[in-house]
Amino acid sequence: MSFPWANEYKPANPLTQWLDEKLPLPRFVYNAVGAGYPVPRNLNYMWNFGVLAGFCLMLQIVTGVILAMHYAANSGVAFDSVEHIMRDVNWGWMLRYAHANGASAFFVVVYIHIFRGFFYSSYKAPREMIWLLGVVIFLLMMATAFMGYVLPWGQMSFWGAKVITGLFSAIPLIGDPLQQWLLGGFAPDNAALNRFFSLHFLLPFVIAGVIILHIWALHIPGSSNPTGVEVKQESDTVPFHPYYTAKDGFGLGVFLILYCAVLFFAPNMLGHPDNYIAANPLSTPAHIVPEWYFWPFYAILRAFTADFFFIPAKLMGVLAMFAAILVWFFLPWLDTSPVRSGHYRPLFRKFFWILLVDVIVLGYCGGSPAETKYVLISQIAATYYFLHFLVILPLVSSIEKPEPLPFSITEAVLGKDEGAVLNANPAAA
Amino acid sequence: MADEASIDPAEVTGEGVRRRDFINIAAVSFAGVGGLAVLYPLVSQMSASADVLAESSTEIDVSAIQPGQAIKAVFRKQPVFVRNLTKAEITEAEKVDTSSLRDPQTLEERTKEGKTNWLITMGVCTHLGCVPLGAGEGEVKGEFGGYFCPCHGSVYDTAARIRKGPAPKNLEVPPYEFTSDTVVKIG
Repeated sequence: MSFPWANEYKPANPLTQWLDEKLPLPRFVYNAVGAGYPVPRNLNYMWNFGVLAGFCLMLQIVTGVILAMHYAANSGVAFDSVEHIMRDVNWGWMLRYAHANGASAFFVVVYIHIFRGFFYSSYKAPREMIWLLGVVIFLLMMATAFMGYVLPWGQMSFWGAKVITGLFSAIPLIGDPLQQWLLGGFAPDNAALNRFFSLHFLLPFVIAGVIILHIWALHIPGSSNPTGVEVKQESDTVPFHPYYTAKDGFGLGVFLILYCAVLFFAPNMLGHPDNYIAANPLSTPAHIVPEWYFWPFYAILRAFTADFFFIPAKLMGVLAMFAAILVWFFLPWLDTSPVRSGHYRPLFRKFFWILLVDVIVLGYCGGSPAETKYVLISQIAATYYFLHFLVILPLVSSIEKPEPLPFSITEAVLGKDEGAVLNANPAAA
Repeated sequence: MADEASIDPAEVTGEGVRRRDFINIAAVSFAGVGGLAVLYPLVSQMSASADVLAESSTEIDVSAIQPGQAIKAVFRKQPVFVRNLTKAEITEAEKVDTSSLRDPQTLEERTKEGKTNWLITMGVCTHLGCVPLGAGEGEVKGEFGGYFCPCHGSVYDTAARIRKGPAPKNLEVPPYEFTSDTVVKIG
């Protein structure tokens, strides 16, 4: 949906007029990300990260398709073909580092995007579907990133594949056959490597499809904004182009500076030296950890060390790890406060920051060795994580007294809203 | 099909409508069954292929393994631990009360008759599949003197039974037989 005051697309010359009748693609772009799409005038830089995430996906697809031209998905030569890309292929080192660090950049951007959603309660009605689709995108991203990390067929690739597919063996009765079905064998080997490559190539396009749905669902109510007050009138909005194309362009520039700094000056900062050793099925590296973006969830997996009534510890860990993400699906109905923005929710705001610290603590523990002290901290932090979503959030929603909201976005920005008086009291006009 | 009496006569009047219903149901069912039939090979192709399943049985000469020593062999592309237990290790394994174990089994159940000193297990941790330490020269054996998995801290005893940590089961005993006093055939 667009607001009634949206600018209308007017084809300027005979060619665009002809095109507008046959295939109105320019009209579609104009109404989606052009001057025909009115957007709240008060969006801050936290609203840049959707566009940045879209940029990261394109970056990954472009570099990934190129890497696939030089890579060989066969367990006998995969490791060597990656070294071939690094040493022999023109600019191969840059493309591979761009892809590997692009994955990390993608997750940085998406985590900020998600926590923006937490703070401003972007998941609330009428935007639940946008949020649900976003969680689906995140799950697809995790699967894609995991399978991509297996492809270089180094030690971390191999043992990561073994441990992660081992998660499925925790499922009662069907676990072991399921793991063998996923791997196409008893341990990761050529069959697993080939299918992971095939799916790693496919899933980004599935993600692109779900992103289209995500944006489609977004364009029905339009973007939320830092006040959480819905758009009421024309003075609350500005056209997407040139205002937000410019703002997003600036954000993209800042992002690229940071990304290139890592890419060109510390390309292995986020990697593991063990993955430069070819896969060896007979020797496990002393300290296996997943990539940093999985650490919080890995910590939750390892937090379960004792059987829970009749459920084995292994299964509990796996269930808890998946539940940590699946709980997000219920967020629109767990947070029942009618006020969206954390700016007007004093109590909610405090718990938001505690949750952020909690997730960082989980991440730190997930990246550390499985020693007693880190496991103990993980157990406390994991308990808090679930408490936040299942107990604290519903409770805070019911006992909190929110601060007064501005009448409109215009009032929040300008300090007064001339139109508001007219609207509030038609007799005064 | 629904009971005739329960159908509103008004709906039954046109005989052609019911013929059409039948054709609809038959066609959709036929296409549905056909679709499911196509799905089966699409799912089944993911399972281990014939060459992977063809068990490469491994023969190992164990004559050189002294009591207290162990070797790593390969079976189905996964490590197998062949360990010659010392008398002390056997006694220690036998004196454990099996009812106190997470996966209760005696040493006798996990070895061949008259060959209780030969402990042959997969070198695959039953938690998430790492290779436990303890078979190689100078590796940590863990606090129960068997195997220790460094990934998530599972500890196995001298009968390779799970004693501590997240793993749910004892190290798996693969199918094997002694073809002579010194040669064991796994698989």
